[in-house]
Amino acid sequence: MEAQEELVPVTPVEPPSVLRWRTMLAVPVAAAFAFALHLFIAKNEPPLEAHSYKLLYVEVIGVSILLALGRRFSPGLRRWMANMWPVFTAAIVFICIWDVITLGLRILPLPYFPGPAAVLRSLINDRFLLLDSTWHSLALLLGGYSLGVIAGLISGVCIGWSAPVRYWGMPLLKVVGPIPATAWIPLAMVLAPSAIVSSAALIALAVWFPVTMLTASGISNTRASYLDVARTLGAGPGYLIFRVAIPAALPNIFIGLFMGLGASFLTLVVAESVGVKSGLGWYVSWAQGWAEYGKVFAALIIMAAFFSTIMTLLFKLRDRVLVWQKGVIKW
Amino acid sequence: MVAIAQVDAASLVVRDVKKSFPAPDNPLSRRQALDGVSFSLAAGELVSLVGPSGCGKSTLLRLVAGLDFADAGDLLVGSEPITQPNAERGLVFQDPNLFPWLTVRRNIQAGLVARGVLQEKKNEVDQFMRLVGLESFANVYPHHLSGGMAQRAALARALINHPKVLLLDEPLGALDAFTRMRMQDEVLRIWEARRTTMLLVTHDIDEAIYMSDRIMIMTPRPGRIERTIEVGLGRPRQRDSTDFLRLRSDILNYLHFAGQK
Ligand SMILES: Nc1ncnc2c1ncn2[C@@H]1O[C@H](COP(=O)(O)OP(=O)(O)OP(=O)(O)O)[C@@H](O)[C@H]1O
Ligand SMILES: [Mg+2]
Repeated sequence: MEAQEELVPVTPVEPPSVLRWRTMLAVPVAAAFAFALHLFIAKNEPPLEAHSYKLLYVEVIGVSILLALGRRFSPGLRRWMANMWPVFTAAIVFICIWDVITLGLRILPLPYFPGPAAVLRSLINDRFLLLDSTWHSLALLLGGYSLGVIAGLISGVCIGWSAPVRYWGMPLLKVVGPIPATAWIPLAMVLAPSAIVSSAALIALAVWFPVTMLTASGISNTRASYLDVARTLGAGPGYLIFRVAIPAALPNIFIGLFMGLGASFLTLVVAESVGVKSGLGWYVSWAQGWAEYGKVFAALIIMAAFFSTIMTLLFKLRDRVLVWQKGVIKW
Repeated sequence: MVAIAQVDAASLVVRDVKKSFPAPDNPLSRRQALDGVSFSLAAGELVSLVGPSGCGKSTLLRLVAGLDFADAGDLLVGSEPITQPNAERGLVFQDPNLFPWLTVRRNIQAGLVARGVLQEKKNEVDQFMRLVGLESFANVYPHHLSGGMAQRAALARALINHPKVLLLDEPLGALDAFTRMRMQDEVLRIWEARRTTMLLVTHDIDEAIYMSDRIMIMTPRPGRIERTIEVGLGRPRQRDSTDFLRLRSDILNYLHFAGQK
């Protein structure tokens, strides 16, 4: 007997790599326009202040022209440009509008809302401290997050699998879990030996709750027929838990991991700004204390990049692990 | 063709088995799904169970598999009472129920992994994939399979444990007529090569006559075995022989489905 049925094609068809002139030129044109506008707006400012900002535009124009020339040789590059250039253009336009509102028209109160050039300058001048803060935040976040995930997976599997554990654990989870982790800060600062330890514990707590909740519900909702099949194949409890219930719960577990990640960002920033004397959260409140709002915005930009990179990595991991899912849900 | 070793088949005895479920409309009362079901299968026999939807065929198979407990009565394999699921009693479910997170190959070898004997029996995995014609789909996930392919994978997954008793719950119900006839021959070939005791639930009278030594007819509410018919045709059978057709019309008449005369 041979397989006659056809495989459903699953590899998505690559979009044709057409790159319109309009799209290709949008980036250098927008950058040149923003550059010119900035020169006009800032003609009364000290020129050194915005040196790196202007340099950035020159670089953007130069690189985008180089890429436009190089596009002939690489369809991958063409596709990437066709895909990304509209977004880049919008970003340049946004920065340009920000420049006009702050530096040009001075609509927003000045010390609190510096223009992009000033923010870029703070970013560059304070890069070592910012890098150091990012590093501290990363260490604290990863420590707390992995602790919370491990604890959450263990308690979630136990609650989801065993009826007695569910009976005693669920009420506790329902009462303690919804308290925001940050509400424990006063207690945690007293109990823990150091601010770092207490912050890591708080992040872990914030992560633990959603991971436990979603893991438990995923495990206890494992389709009974999968467990029945496994039992008729001779499976013992180990196989049933680790090779049936947990894989079946993975889509749910990942939702818990994402929710936990969001909660951990929040807890990290709050914990850093009240207790720990390092990290991006601390940097923001420290800069605010000195009324250096350029630094505040610089740190916010770093935070955005930092958090979204971690989020993207988790998405990548999920797509890897859940390849078996039919048309993975996009969210 | 794949060489398949014979297993020592086991006899199956079901004696006066009763099973009730809470009634869906009234949680205080119970509805009798099986009421005194008795039959026995000799070792190596292939027997079909036919009956209208909802008469308790799947319920009976779950009891024999050990997935549920009977309210009363005895269930024996050989001389052992059935107390829990066991790899010696394979069950192919009405739906393929492949694990969606495992590739076809890993689904088929699941029984070996579960029993911790994958290392010794690794070569059998390829054998069974060839047997059901899925060797070129080894690394594909189940959601890419057609219904027929998925059911074939489920069959291979149950067979790889060399069960002494194989329970089949409408395993071919979802297939188109052609694949279905091909698979009937395939199951027969496996049965003839291995002489596993097989209990086959089906809705299809032709399938029952074509495949089985005996046909048990079940009636609903409460579920009982009303009649057992010896097929008594030689093998291989012809689907259009006069004896086949005569038996077919007997059964249809008995079930009052023969149509207006
Ligand atoms: N877990 C359950 N809880 C309550 N009632 C059940 C349960 N399983 C089966 N039943 C009832 O028992 C009766 C027999 O069901 P069963 O699934 O065994 O029928 P079947 O003969 O396999 O039907 P089909 O041919 O449609 O598969 C039905 O009335 C059904 O509603
Ligand atoms: Mg059924």
